[in-house]
Amino acid sequence: MKSLKKISLLMTIVALMLFAAACAGGAKKDTTKDTGDKAGKELSGSLVVSGSSAMQPLVAAAAEEFMANNPKVDIQVNAGGSGTGLSQVAEGSVQIGNSDVFAEEKQGIPADQLVDHKVAVVGITAAVNPGVGIKDISKENLIKVFTGKITNWKDVGGKDQKIVLVNRPDASGTRAVFNKFALDGATPAEGITEDSSNTVKKIVNETAGAVGYLAFSYFTDDKVTPLSIDGVEPTDENVQSGKFPVWAYEHSYTKGEPSGATKAFLDYLMSADVQNKLLKEQGYLPVTKMKVERDAKGNQTNK
Amino acid sequence: MEKVSSAKDRLLKSGQDWLGGEFRGKALVILCAVIMISATIAITIFLGTKGLQSFIKDGISLIEFITSKTWNPTDKANPKYGTLPFIFGSFAVTFLSALVAAPLGIGGAIFMTEISSSWGRKILQPVIELLVGIPSVVYGFIGLSVLVPFIRENIGGLGFSLLSGTIVLSIMILPTVTSIATDAMGSLPGALREGSFALGATRWQTIKKVLIPAAMPSLLTAIVLGMARAFGEALAVQMVIGNVKNLPSSLLDASATLTTIITLNMGHTTYGSVENNTLWSMGLILLVMSFAFILLIRYLSARRKL
Repeated sequence: MKSLKKISLLMTIVALMLFAAACAGGAKKDTTKDTGDKAGKELSGSLVVSGSSAMQPLVAAAAEEFMANNPKVDIQVNAGGSGTGLSQVAEGSVQIGNSDVFAEEKQGIPADQLVDHKVAVVGITAAVNPGVGIKDISKENLIKVFTGKITNWKDVGGKDQKIVLVNRPDASGTRAVFNKFALDGATPAEGITEDSSNTVKKIVNETAGAVGYLAFSYFTDDKVTPLSIDGVEPTDENVQSGKFPVWAYEHSYTKGEPSGATKAFLDYLMSADVQNKLLKEQGYLPVTKMKVERDAKGNQTNK
Repeated sequence: MEKVSSAKDRLLKSGQDWLGGEFRGKALVILCAVIMISATIAITIFLGTKGLQSFIKDGISLIEFITSKTWNPTDKANPKYGTLPFIFGSFAVTFLSALVAAPLGIGGAIFMTEISSSWGRKILQPVIELLVGIPSVVYGFIGLSVLVPFIRENIGGLGFSLLSGTIVLSIMILPTVTSIATDAMGSLPGALREGSFALGATRWQTIKKVLIPAAMPSLLTAIVLGMARAFGEALAVQMVIGNVKNLPSSLLDASATLTTIITLNMGHTTYGSVENNTLWSMGLILLVMSFAFILLIRYLSARRKL
């Protein structure tokens, strides 16, 4: 009995170590053993996707459907943040790195080695507590609100309530986009900082006089009021026509031109299936319907 | 019937089986020790090299990093790397929560060991074990849904405040403080109590004048361990403290700690960038602080007389 116990303890430890080793190996292993997508051949291989937590649900949903159609392909979708996604794809530990921002905007990323696949568009606007009583704000006033030059909503036509800012973390992609296109590059004043969009929505909903910024997909009920900027309503159509300025691409980056299963999956993301159906369900705008486009420096041009 | 072999035979046999018995046991525990030690050393070296990058490679001055009040790493033209508000926030929530949890925990321990040994223990012990088992994200979520609105409506401010962080943390470290304090009080020799009673002291006098002083080093260790836990807690605090980068001027002001800034920004930064390096440096500060806590605990333990 006693020796049996000893042996089983030993076995457990060995098993644990093997498991740990396997895990560590699995995470680093370059898992593209794509056998090519030559005509007639069934796709196979496995790929790992990481990056933007905002994109994670979308890509995970797409991956599920893709795997249903190609049972030999295994896709793992991790979150972790845009920075993590870009870093990992640049060092080759994942095949696809998702990001809310252009790789060029992040320090320490060899953007010239990465290939950008713009898979979706997301519109962002300021959201206020419904009690504030405004629905429209001029850009000039919006900047003043976020930089702390206006501290009461009555100065911009709302109720007599103190303005409470809800920010995103410094390095957040949403914050970068909002600062650049809604605030014209101004640095917002200090305020409560939250990472998750759901928390931001909860705080704006509960706190009198609160203002934050959210993607359009979070305006599904009347808990928070999305603001029009300079009279332009934050709608999908206005973003697509280029009238509403605050929007960003959701990028999927690969290191070098993709091939095999990676290419097939990216093609699937651009297919009508995903662009017209799945994106809408997840609250994104199809990139295929955009009438304007934008480069890494933020210059907008008509298509 | 089994044949009985002589003691000598059996001894030789077990000695020849080098995999069994003595050698295997020794190898096993040495292996465990080596793994634990090398893991700790590896983490320290890794964190050290990563954390020093921002000072060596990016040329941020250590003095500025620790003493400057402005944190704005994303400003391309004029980035500012001052972590004083976060260091202050970390220490503030740690000390304040220890201030709340220490009397509660030690009081509970005295109640369990001295006042009502049987039923008090039966109720309090499982309650405390239950508190340990609740994951920190749940504490944070309860804090966000209950505590923050309560403070906003009844006390003032936004609700996201040092106060919320302190309350959540003090509940989280309460089990640590209580269970170690209970062990400390329980392990005091009975002769101390009996001697005190024999001199005519009342129960309260015994507790106050004899037992607490005798257990003091262990009680302090309990508090310091609780503080170490509070210092390193990230998730629950992040959800209720508001994460504002300014120095708080009152208990009701939102604030930030080293850990909350790390968890908030970690995923958004790219490896090797200045922003990422400064987060590692904050991690290094946390590690140095936890070494300091351990030194303090060892010093206190050395003073233990009983």
